[in-house]
Parts: sequence; structure tokens; C-alpha cells
Amino acid sequence: MQNKCAIELKNIRKTFGPVVANDEINLQINRGEILCLLGENGSGKTTLMNMLSGIYQPDGGEIYKDDQQIAIKSPKDAYDYGIGMIHQHYHLVDVFTAAQNIILGLENEKMDINAVNDKVKAICDKYGFNVDPKKKIYDMSVSQKQTIEIVKVLYRGAEILILDEPTAVLTPQETDKLFAVLRNMKKDNKAIILITHKLAEVLDVSDKVAILRKGRYIGTVNTKEATAQSLTDMMVGHSVKLNIDRPVYPNPQDKLQISGLTVVDNDGVRKLDNVTFTAKTGEILGVAGIAGSGQKELLEAITGLYPIKEGSIKFIRDDGAQEELVGKTPMQIRQVGVGMGFVPEDRLGMGLVGSMGMTSNMMLRSWKSGKSIFFNKKNPEELANKVWKDLEVVTPSTEFPVRRMSGGNIQKVLVGREIASNPPVLLTAYAVRGLDINTSYAIYNLLTEQKMNGSAVMYVGEELDVLLELCDRIVVLCGGQVSGIVDARTTTKEEIGLLMTSVGGKEATNE
Amino acid sequence: MNSLFALIAAAGTYATVLMFGTMGEILTEKSGNLNLGVEGIMYMGGILGLVAANRYEAIVGEANSIGFVAILVAILGAFAAGALAGLLFSFITVTLRANQNVTGLAMTTFGTGVAKFVGEIMRTKLNGYVSVSNHLKEAFSFKFMPDFLKNIPIIGPIFFNQVHFFYMGIILAVVIHLFLTKTKTGLYLRAVGESPVTADAAGINITAYKYIATAVGGGISAIGGMVFTMTTAGCVWIEASLSGIGWLSVALVIFCTWKPMNSIWGSMLFGSLMIMYLWIIIPGIPTEIYKILPYVVTLVVLIISSIRNNKDKQPPASLGVNYFREER
Repeated sequence: MQNKCAIELKNIRKTFGPVVANDEINLQINRGEILCLLGENGSGKTTLMNMLSGIYQPDGGEIYKDDQQIAIKSPKDAYDYGIGMIHQHYHLVDVFTAAQNIILGLENEKMDINAVNDKVKAICDKYGFNVDPKKKIYDMSVSQKQTIEIVKVLYRGAEILILDEPTAVLTPQETDKLFAVLRNMKKDNKAIILITHKLAEVLDVSDKVAILRKGRYIGTVNTKEATAQSLTDMMVGHSVKLNIDRPVYPNPQDKLQISGLTVVDNDGVRKLDNVTFTAKTGEILGVAGIAGSGQKELLEAITGLYPIKEGSIKFIRDDGAQEELVGKTPMQIRQVGVGMGFVPEDRLGMGLVGSMGMTSNMMLRSWKSGKSIFFNKKNPEELANKVWKDLEVVTPSTEFPVRRMSGGNIQKVLVGREIASNPPVLLTAYAVRGLDINTSYAIYNLLTEQKMNGSAVMYVGEELDVLLELCDRIVVLCGGQVSGIVDARTTTKEEIGLLMTSVGGKEATNE
Repeated sequence: MNSLFALIAAAGTYATVLMFGTMGEILTEKSGNLNLGVEGIMYMGGILGLVAANRYEAIVGEANSIGFVAILVAILGAFAAGALAGLLFSFITVTLRANQNVTGLAMTTFGTGVAKFVGEIMRTKLNGYVSVSNHLKEAFSFKFMPDFLKNIPIIGPIFFNQVHFFYMGIILAVVIHLFLTKTKTGLYLRAVGESPVTADAAGINITAYKYIATAVGGGISAIGGMVFTMTTAGCVWIEASLSGIGWLSVALVIFCTWKPMNSIWGSMLFGSLMIMYLWIIIPGIPTEIYKILPYVVTLVVLIISSIRNNKDKQPPASLGVNYFREER
């Protein structure tokens, strides 16, 4: 049996109050195939998959499995139909062992941990995983937790696997491992649905791509016939300018002088080692590096959240007076004018109140930091409207609870607020994490606008292409040390790649 | 030293009251429901246990009443009252999704109110005095262990000279411990309290688990109230006497780090601290100081456990949080 249709969706519709999340969705999922579900933030991908896994009930439309109409009323029904979903936020009990998590809810299974362990091992061997069934979840890394989730659904005999942005929190090596496993499952004739934003991954691993736009189904294409450009066009509906404007600020001045900055973590490891560089006004300073090279520590040290062992951080006022930031509290540093837009993995964790609307959330920040030292003090309603309009946040009004927006939209509010508070120094990290291309560009433009207003912007990013197009200069970190500071207009991806992997890579290129 | 052992031995009855109150609340909290109505529930258990025994005797006649049956009736009466309160709590928080803290506090007010009301009605109907006959009183406070065990020095009075409810409590603690750690249903219950999303996705009926655990937990707590009225208070309804016991049980749940086995020695400790002012008298220290000791100990435990941050000694992760599948 090859490529037999496993699940078919017909005219699926789902609304949340006034928001239409899904409408007229038609989709076919075949066995022995990896289908990528692609769409902008808030285009209804997760909602659609939640209906397949029984979390939500569709308001209209039909679901067929093997040509028979089915109703998935609860997650248990989904399991019974062989549908297993690996959610973006893992569904695991922290204080249980892997094995206990795996057998959770299985009525026919005895509490025989040895038998469970054997079966888990058999599954792992078959698909190429590696798990320790006796380990507690709270001792595991993100990647290990994900593995447990996958083993859990396989243990239940799932034939149709749905993975919601599985690679968002993985390192490139872990991603490769995951894809190897997915290919093994494909060979085993399972149907796999993958939700991801990373086009390179889509082109790499999938057989077909289905595209949603604003809750509607646009079409399905064979991956072989698709390119990054064609998929992007289908996704956003109009062609996106893939170039970022990079105007030159006429009169850059030093704004933040960092010299000899060294921090040490609890285990005595030097997270930052003698870091020295200067951020200028009217400039976007990129920070590149392999994940965990000290980017997080750098931002936290500047904002006063991380204890500093040695070194100095000087903020230079407009009149040329210097102010030492080391030793100040985060609040004082904020008042001096260093704003930080850090996007954590948990989007609601960073200072947004879920049950409040955009306006109230804007007010939270302006109250806390008091009066900005700059004259440009906007009132929150105006701010909320600006963010709403500029970033195309999908929400019925600025009073709509933030919690009920989609993940990407929440992030827009978060990033928008930081940018709009207009600080002299703006630090951003992973500002576009999990955002679709269109919104990402809206944020890039906002950052550029900020730079042209005379702010010193620091941008910690993951994608080199973006860093090269957006930034003026790039600081490359490697193992907590600055391995090079390059001009983004003249450097190449290869040069940065080399700097990222070797301290003193400059010399390496000179040889 | 002798007075210390005597104190511990004397604390057994009070400890039994706390043990039931605590175990009931542990079971409730394992389902993620934070029922702060224990105080009210124990009050209701206290009066309804007494009323049940009193009515039983009124129906069969004083001469025909049997101690064992009276105890059983009292347990059932108290359990039923507590279970109903637990069901009511579940209905308000699980089905109607009201805030658990507010509901729990309302339950405390409601429970004490109901108990005082029922007590007052009974008092007026029975011409001023609700109680049971003397031989039933003896049955409730009977210490059934043989004399040679009671006479063992030190451990005899502590472990063998206790009322039968004390041993029931210990057996129940072991049963609940085994249930939570060794059975599938227990594992599922803990999953519901830790991460309802996970449990729901695994196909576990969250609503049923929460209702049943809260009802049974309420029932067990209520038995604690009954034990107090029928032993310490001497089978007489004294309104103010139960005051504070429920809150102490809630504190004890934290002290025991949600482990039923800990409630055995934990309640002995709390019981001892509560009656210490009668046994170890240091001149110049008012009794109120003694009575705050259990709460001080609870605070110390909270501080220590949060400093050590041991993941296995934390409250159920979703304690006090209502679950709604389509919430996002």
C-alpha cells in the first residue's frame, strides 16, 4: 500500500468569538509522506492541527480517516484514531519519569515498568532515538523532552504524527537527528505533518507543502517543484521585497563603550571573556555566534541582570558625559536609556499580562520606566494603535486580551512595545523568532527606523543572511570572546561562519 | 524527659484529628484542587458525626446501641458531609470554573456556619444538650491495645495507648501512599494535578478525577472533625473548640510536602506543639506563643524547601489553577 490517503479534511471552519481562525480548509494527508504546513503567524496552522488532535472542535466541515467520516471529540479519540500530536509546548509531567509519562492514560497497560522500558527501547531502536526511560523529565534537555513526546505517541501506535514547530528550540545538530528520525518514520509508512517557519527545512525534509493564509487553505504543492521564493509568495499572497533597506546615518557617535567585560557563571565558567566593543548611534550592531556563545550573558550584563566580574560599560550622553553602568540596578540602567527587547521562548513570560489588551500592556512599560529622558513620550493608546497598524497585529481591537491572540501576534506586541518606547540604546534578541517573513520584515524596518532616529541598536540574531542585510557592523562571539568585528556591508557569510567557529579567526583568514 | 514522652503520648488524639484533615487535603490537592475550605469541612464533620451517632442512639434506644455501629455511623455521617462539600467545591471550580481560593474561603465560612446552625437546632430540640450515652462515649475513646503493650516503657504509651482512630489514620496514610505511588489510578491522579494539559492529551478524564479526589478528600478531612468532637471534646458540641484545626491541617499539608506518610509523624509533631502549653510550662511565656509554633515550623519548612528547590518536594504544579481545554 503506497501513498494511501490517511486523513482528509473537508471545509473545516473554526472561530474564536469574533476571530475566524480557520475557514474552508481542505487538506489531504497521505501515508509514507511528510507534509509541511506553511503559513504566516496566526494563519491558523496550530488551530487546525489542534482540531485533528481533539483539543478543539471544528465549528463546521468534515474529517475523514480512510474514507470514513470521523468525529474527534477529545484527545483520547485522536489517539484511538492513531493521530498523535507533538505540541509546541510539551505535554509532559515534570516530576514523572520518562516511562511514567509514556504510559500515562493507557488503559490496557499494566504498571510493569520493565515491560514498558523494553517496549520503549524497541521503538527507539527502530527509529533511531536514544532515551533513558528512568530519567525524570525535569533533568532533561529540550531535545530529550521532545524525543519523549515522539516516543509517547509512537508507543500508542500513532500512524499519523503532527509536529508543531519542532525545530524552533533545537540546535542544528538536533534538528538533523530529528529529521533522520522523521525519514525513518516515513519509510515505515507513517503520515507526518510538520509545522515550521524555516523554509530551508521545508525544502529539505518534506514531500509536499500545504499553505494556509489568514485561516484559509491556499493550495498544496510538491516540494520538488517549489522554491523558497514561490512558497513565500503563496504564503503572503504578494511578493515580499527580500531586500532590507539599509540607509546610512550621517553622523554616528559612540553611545555605549564596553571594555574588558568578563562574567563568570555559577560553575566558574567564563561566559564572557574580555569583551570589548563600542555601539554607535545611528547604527545597527549585529551580534552573531553559535547558540550559547555568550549572547544572552552579554545582553543581561548590559542591562544589569547578570553579575559582572570585570570590565566597564560606559553610556555616553548626548553632551559627551560618560556614565558607568556597571554596579547600577536594572531599573537605573533602564532610566539611563537602555531598552531591551528580548523575546524568550515563552512569549507570555516577558512582561505581558495575558488577560489585558494591547493598550494596557503598553501602559505597563511606560509606568514602570517613568518618564523617558527623551521628549518623545507617546500615550499608550497611540502606541498600541501604532503597533497594531505597523506590525499588522491580528486582533479585533486594542482592548482584546493578549492571551487570546496567536503566538506570533503576541510577539509582535512584545517587540513592538520595546521598539516604540524609543530608547537611546535598544537591545533586541531573537526579535523575529517564530515570526513569519512578512512580520519579520516589518520588525526589521522598525529597527532601521529606530536607527535613523539616532538610537544605538544591538541585534542578536540567528540567521546570518538577515544579519548581513540588516546590520551596519557585526560583532562575532565565539566561546564568550569577541572573535572579530566586521563591516556588514563588505563581509561575507563565509567569513562570519569562520569567525563563529574559531577565536582569532581573523588570523585564519589572513593565512 | 519523661514529660516530653508523656506529651507525645498525650498528643496522639489531637494528632489523629490533624492526620485525617491533612490526608484528605493531600488527596484533594493531588488533583490540583486547592480546597481552602478544610476548616469548614472539618466543622461540618464534627457536628454531623455527633448528630449521626446521637440520632442512631435515639432510633435504636440507649440500651440497644452498640459502640462499633455508632462509630461506623459517625464516620459515615462525617464522611458524607465532607464529600458533599467536596462535590460542591468541585462543581463550583471545575464545572463553573470559579476561582479556587475564593471558593475555598467561602466554603470555610459556609461550613462553619452550617455546623453552628445545625448544632444550635439540635441543642434547642434536645433541650440544651447534644450528646450520646456514656457507654458510647467510652466506645469512641476506647484504647483497645492489650495492657502488656501499653506498659512497654516510652513506646508503649506513645504507640499502643491510643484511640482506634489513631491506627485507622496510620493505615489510611499507608493506603493513600501506596495508591499514589503504586497504582495506575494514583499515577493518573498525580498527572492531573501536575499537568492537566498532559493528562487531558493522554485521554484521562480530568473532570472525573478532580471530582472524585476532592469529594473523597473532603470526606476524609471531615472524619478528622468528627474524631475531635467524639474524643477530645467528649462527644459534646462546643462551637468554638474546632476553631483553627482546618487551617492547621492546611499548614500540615505543606509541612508534609504533599506526602501522606509524612502526615503520620508530622501530625504527631503538630499535635505535640499544640498541647505543649499544658505539659511543658516555662514561666512567663503565654500559651499563645506555644500555639503559634506549628505555623512557625511550617514557615521554616517552606523556607527550607524553597531554598533547596527539590523538585520532588514541591506542590502539584497546577495546584489552584482551573483547567479548560480550549483556553489559550
